[in-house]
Parts: sequence; structure tokens; C-alpha cells
Amino acid sequence: MEQWWDSFVLWFERFIQRCYSALIDNDRWILYLNGLKTTLMIAAVACIFGIIIGLLVAICKTSAETKKSPVLKFLAKICDLYTTVIRGTPVIVQLLILYNITAWTEGYYACMIGFSINSGAYVSEIFRSGIRSIDIGQSEAGRSLGLNETQTMRLIVLPQAIKNILPALFNEFIALLKETSVAGYIAVSDITKVAYSIQGTTFNSIPLYICALVYLLLVVVMTKLQKKLERRLARSDRS
Amino acid sequence: MIEVKNLKKKFGELCVLNGITETITKGERIAIIGPSGSGKSTFLRCLNMLETPTSGQILFEGIDITDSNCDLNKIRQKMGMVFQHFNLFPHLSIIENIMLAPVNLKLKTKQQAREDAAKLLKRIGLYDKADTYPAMLSGGQKQRIAIIRALAMNPDVMLFDEPTSALDPEMVGEVLDVIKEVALEGMTTVIVTHEMGFAREIATKVMFMDEGIIKEQAPPDELFENPKDERLKFFLSKVL
Ligand SMILES: Nc1ncnc2c1ncn2[C@@H]1O[C@H](COP(=O)(O)OP(=O)(O)OP(=O)(O)O)[C@@H](O)[C@H]1O
Ligand SMILES: [Mg+2]
Repeated sequence: MEQWWDSFVLWFERFIQRCYSALIDNDRWILYLNGLKTTLMIAAVACIFGIIIGLLVAICKTSAETKKSPVLKFLAKICDLYTTVIRGTPVIVQLLILYNITAWTEGYYACMIGFSINSGAYVSEIFRSGIRSIDIGQSEAGRSLGLNETQTMRLIVLPQAIKNILPALFNEFIALLKETSVAGYIAVSDITKVAYSIQGTTFNSIPLYICALVYLLLVVVMTKLQKKLERRLARSDRS
Repeated sequence: MIEVKNLKKKFGELCVLNGITETITKGERIAIIGPSGSGKSTFLRCLNMLETPTSGQILFEGIDITDSNCDLNKIRQKMGMVFQHFNLFPHLSIIENIMLAPVNLKLKTKQQAREDAAKLLKRIGLYDKADTYPAMLSGGQKQRIAIIRALAMNPDVMLFDEPTSALDPEMVGEVLDVIKEVALEGMTTVIVTHEMGFAREIATKVMFMDEGIIKEQAPPDELFENPKDERLKFFLSKVL
């Protein structure tokens, strides 16, 4: 028993020491914070533009299904190409290519652009299934009242669609947040890259655990937010 | 008020409307009856262009609404429509359902729209439901809301597509009462219905549709007492 306790104390001392060198020595925690900031910025920008791109693509595709306009049909074809290519290739390859194309700027911005384009493709499919899930009678009722197509979409179809796809959207954004961890491949110091390089100087895996913990916390917060939103939107279901 | 000239509608190869020419004048109350699949709904939906006719013309208050330059949204504001399955907006409260179109089309201020909606709700005795959501209402209540939602636009004509077919029998009466009240106040009304008694009671003219044309039309007493068309006789013998 005595022996066991001693070795535990020894291990614990070493653990504290490692944590100290991983976090506090040389003000390393500032590095993590900066990495976290980079990760959050990339994810947030990609999330916002992903929604914008995804929404536009989804609306373009769904309205091309019912309309005869050749311009719209052509745009829908381009959108199809976009989602096929983006969903059919690894995000890391897309980033590397984009990094080459955008030599005029830093990897940081290439990441923002790349992840926006990437998540736009996935989000568009989510929005499309959401719009399709709404009964055609809803938009007919809107149109019969004299609302135009855009108003019907904005006031009637989208609010209901978004409620239906909220879980899928959050899944996508959680995946996106974690996927930004490949940013290091194009010389961006996101939290993963930071942790990895600190590990290279401290020679223990504590920085990686810290990094994992940060992602975990972020995802937990996002899940909380999702539940909160879902509850708010469920208001109309029943009393 | 509505002039239909040689209206035809095909769904692919299927000819659903085979050339309908009719005039509906202001204040008329038209009931459309006929067997299932005869094109009643399609005809009604062509009247406000929810269905695009294959050929033919529809004039509403003198304007050709089949013309691609016609501002359909403006026209539809003047044509209220009530659907078989209510189509209330489930994400909006009852009063928001009623206010949505008038406010967003800038026909009324929010204040005005709210007051009008309240008046309409009181009229059908559902004012206490103003802030609840459609999911909490019975079918009959939903359909009555759908009717006043259309009325809130102050339409010149009301189109009803089997407004009571999706209802439990005990709720049919309350909905028909509202329709009757609206119709007898002078609203031009076109109603597709399987309620023969109701058609007979309120209609100024009954049209019998079959195989995509209007086979026979007459004032209700005449049409129900003295049907001439063989198909109509057969149809009436089944439903009456
Ligand atoms: N969007 C559509 N696409 C293809 N066929 C359609 C479409 N809408 C209706 N039809 C067909 O057109 C025919 C007429 O339909 P319609 O709904 O007008 O009949 P109805 O007289 O209203 O019948 P019911 O009493 O059953 O409502 C039916 O055979 C139907 O299958
Ligand atoms: Mg029908």
C-alpha cells in the first residue's frame, strides 16, 4: 500500500511538472489562446459563408426543378458541379490546391475561403432536403395570398425548413469545427498545429490532451446552443 | 368578373380540362360538383393560376391573367383561396397567420392588420385562440381560420376547394356556416364541394363537371330536380 502511494505521488508530481511545461512555461498558454482564436475565426467565417452559399445554391437548385428558365437551369447545373466536386474530394486536398492558387495571401485566409466553399456544398444539400420536406400546400397557400416567390420562401418555407434541419445543420458545423484542424497543412497556426508544435518542444503528449479538451468543450457548448434553439423553435408544436 | 375562354389543361399526355368556356359575374355563387378526377380542383386552381393552363384565356376583371406580363401576385391578392387541407402556417400563431400577407404586402400597417384580424376572429368566435398555434386547433377551427385568413385580404372572389372534405363529420357544419355567411353577404364565390345539400342551399348556379368539361349547369333547384345529362343523373343517383 505504502509503495503504491509513493509511486502515485511521484507520477502526480511529474504530471504537474509536465502540465506546467505544456501550459505555463514560456507563457505557452498564450500560444494556445492564439491558436484557439485562429480556429474559431476560421470556423465562424466558414459557418457564416457556408450558410450563405448553401442557401443560395439550395434555392437555385430547388427553383430550377419547377421553373423553365434556361438561365436558372444553367445555374443549377453549375451548382450541381460544385456540390459534386466539393463533396467528392477530400477537404485537405481542396485546401492545398486553394493554397497554391491563392499564393497572394496567407494560409489563414485560404482556410477561411476553402472551408466556406467546402461547408457551403454540404449545407446546400441540408437546406435542399429541408425545403423539400415542406408540403407544397404551404407555398401554394402563400402564393394564393399574393405573396411572391421570395416572400413565400422567406416567410413561410424557410422558417419551417430550418426548424426541421437544425440537428443536421449543427452536425455539419460541429464536423466543420473539427475539420479545421487540418489547417496546419497549409502553415496556419490553429489550435491543433500549436499543440503539435508545443509537443515537439516539451516531449510529452499533454499539449495534445489540452487541444482535445478544447475541441470537446467547444462541441459541448455548440450542442447546448442547439438544444436551446430547438426548444425555442418547438414553441409552435404543442402547448 | 371572371371570364374563362376555351380553357385546356394537360398533365403530360393526360387531358384534364378539355376546353371550358364560362363567365362568372359579380355576386354569383357557383357550386362545382362532379365525380372524382373530373378536373374540378384543376379548374379551380387554374382560376388563380396555381395551375398554368395549357391553352385558353382567363380574364379577371378584364385583365388576361394567363398573359405572362400580368402581375399575378397583384391578381391573387384579390382572389382568396381555401384549400382542402387548410394549409395554415404551423410556425406562426393564429393571428400571425392572418396578418402575414396584408402586412408583408404593405396593404395594412401592423396595427391595422391586428385590429382587422381580431375583428374577423371575433366574428367566428375564435378570438381566444389568437395567440395559439395551428397544431392546437381542431380541423374545423383550422378551416375557419383559413377562411378568414383569405378574407383578411379583402378579396373580390373566394375560391373553395372541397373545404369540408378533410373534416370529421361533426365539424362540417361549423365550417359551412362560415362559408354561407360569407357567401350570402355578397361575396362572389366558387366552391367545389361534395355537400349537395349545401350546394343546393347557397348556390345561384351549380356546374356539373365530368371528363374535363362542364356537362351541365343550372340553378340548383332545376339541376337537382330535372337533370338532363345522363352522367349527371347517374352521378346524382349515387350521391343523393
Ligand atoms: N399535378 C398533377 N400532375 C399530374 N396529374 C394530375 C395533377 N393534378 C391532378 N392530376 C390528375 O388530373 C385529374 C383531375 O384531377 P383533379 O384534382 O382536378 O380532380 P377533382 O375533380 O378535383 O377530383 P377530386 O374530387 O378527387 O378532388 C386526375 O386524374 C389527377 O390524377
Ligand atoms: Mg379535387
